[in-house]
Amino acid sequence: MSPDLLLLIAKATFDTLRMVAIAGLIGSLIGLPIGIFLATSGKGELFPAPNFNRLVGLIVNATRSTPFIILVVAIIPLTRLVTGTSIGTKAAIVPLTIATIPFFARLVEAAIRDIDKGLIEAARAMGATPTQIVFKVLLAEARPALTLALTMTVVSLIGYSAMVGAVGGGGLGDLGIRYGYQRFRPDVMLIVVIVLIVLVQLVQSAGDRLARRFDKRSRKN
Amino acid sequence: MTTPYSEPSADEAAVVFDAVSKRFAASGESGAFTALDNVDLNVGRGSITGIIGRSGAGKSTLIRLVNGLEKPSSGKVLVDGVDVGALDEAGLRNLRRSVGMIFQHFNLLSSRTVFGNVALPLEIAGMDRRAIEARVRPLLDLVGLADKHARYPAELSGGQKQRIGIARALATEPKLLLSDEATSALDPETTQSILELLKRINAELGLTVLLITHEMEVVKAVTSDVAVIDKGEIVERGHTFDVFTHPKHETTRALLSGLPGSKLPDAVARGLKPAASAGDRAVVRLTFFGATAERPLVSQLIKSVGAEVNIIAGTIDEIGGKPYGSLVVAYAADAETSGRAERFFTENGLVTEVLGYVA
Repeated sequence: MSPDLLLLIAKATFDTLRMVAIAGLIGSLIGLPIGIFLATSGKGELFPAPNFNRLVGLIVNATRSTPFIILVVAIIPLTRLVTGTSIGTKAAIVPLTIATIPFFARLVEAAIRDIDKGLIEAARAMGATPTQIVFKVLLAEARPALTLALTMTVVSLIGYSAMVGAVGGGGLGDLGIRYGYQRFRPDVMLIVVIVLIVLVQLVQSAGDRLARRFDKRSRKN
Repeated sequence: MTTPYSEPSADEAAVVFDAVSKRFAASGESGAFTALDNVDLNVGRGSITGIIGRSGAGKSTLIRLVNGLEKPSSGKVLVDGVDVGALDEAGLRNLRRSVGMIFQHFNLLSSRTVFGNVALPLEIAGMDRRAIEARVRPLLDLVGLADKHARYPAELSGGQKQRIGIARALATEPKLLLSDEATSALDPETTQSILELLKRINAELGLTVLLITHEMEVVKAVTSDVAVIDKGEIVERGHTFDVFTHPKHETTRALLSGLPGSKLPDAVARGLKPAASAGDRAVVRLTFFGATAERPLVSQLIKSVGAEVNIIAGTIDEIGGKPYGSLVVAYAADAETSGRAERFFTENGLVTEVLGYVA
């Protein structure tokens, strides 16, 4: 394999990492509060707003049920508005971020709903405000689950980022389509797939290890 | 024998339930129901008061009214004279910081160390780090877990977890401690040690303890006063000793029947008849308290009855700090023997109850 091709693969890997990192960071920063809201705003919960809760839930579901490839095309006007272009790595970050937000939000909601209601009652009995309960109890207790949620989000993002290659998004998916498929280079396709597998493995095992470190629920001595 | 019971006056009470009812509206599959029906109860300041009832009797709701986790549908709950129902959210939070609570399943944060768990209510109250440190250390000493301060709850036994729960509940120096089935998840031995701790706290800190439980053992071991709750109503109320030795309500008797020593052996219970026929033996329960519990009554009984006396069941115990004994004996049911036995009982001031006759 020529050095030129190796350079291309390195560049594509870097592009993928950049898209995943930026979309993952912005998407989870926005998804986290939405997830917290979804988990705490039902009837009789900490910040009761059942109607608004249903509305946000509806929007989240709508975004999640739109196939990613259609989402990419559908929000091109927004992408142009934000980045000035609809092609390339930078442009791909917009749909990736939009897809991350509801995905992560639902995982955050599940992680928080999973916390024993007794802990919320205990905190209320101590005189905690709802905000204190969120920060001192819910987020603290959900930390292992949130770490796993973030891991899962990044892993799906790596998959999505390969998909934006199909619409000129840049990165490993783009390389696989243009060289591996259109130019009949199975060796390039193979390398792209291997790099993706390695990336996913690295992210997953790092996430698992971190979550285990945060998890104090099992006896360790 | 029983001292007449008078409810502590509102001035002497740490908690006053004044005609409190709580109804839950129908939701989903469960229909509307009344959890508490017109409850009047005063919890004496400095007492350990027990509320006992079966599950679903309304005791959980009752205790949650005290710190405003539930709101009464009608009536008033006063804590140190303050009407809980009239408080706004900020007022409620202030009240809750002066009322400690411990739970059946401990409700400790798994992500925090022992120290961190006890510190939590103080952080919530906005206390600074050094003051928290100074407050938490002695509390861990008090509950005997100072050496475990850096451990996580998952590394501790149930009894140790409840000790942390107690230290946490005491962190804000409350005057009232609510105990919600705090020993129900613990084995009997651990239960005793937790109850001892509650007793000590009550005595040393002058803290009022209101505890709910479905176990008569718990009521017997620590409380001075007890209320029996059934289907949302208080059906019996009194000094623990009197309620145990002279239960009036059916529910109380049913709850008491689970205690060891109060049940007849099955073989005897099966053969029990309500009336005597010739040659039968009378089965009699003798109850003795205070000074009589310490006299050699059995040997005297055999001497004065002058016939065979069988001991069928018996228990010697302490209720609310007073010695108490119960002995079930059988002797010939003929008029002469019975007459001698009854004379002996009267002379010695024993409380007796004829349970029946066996062949």
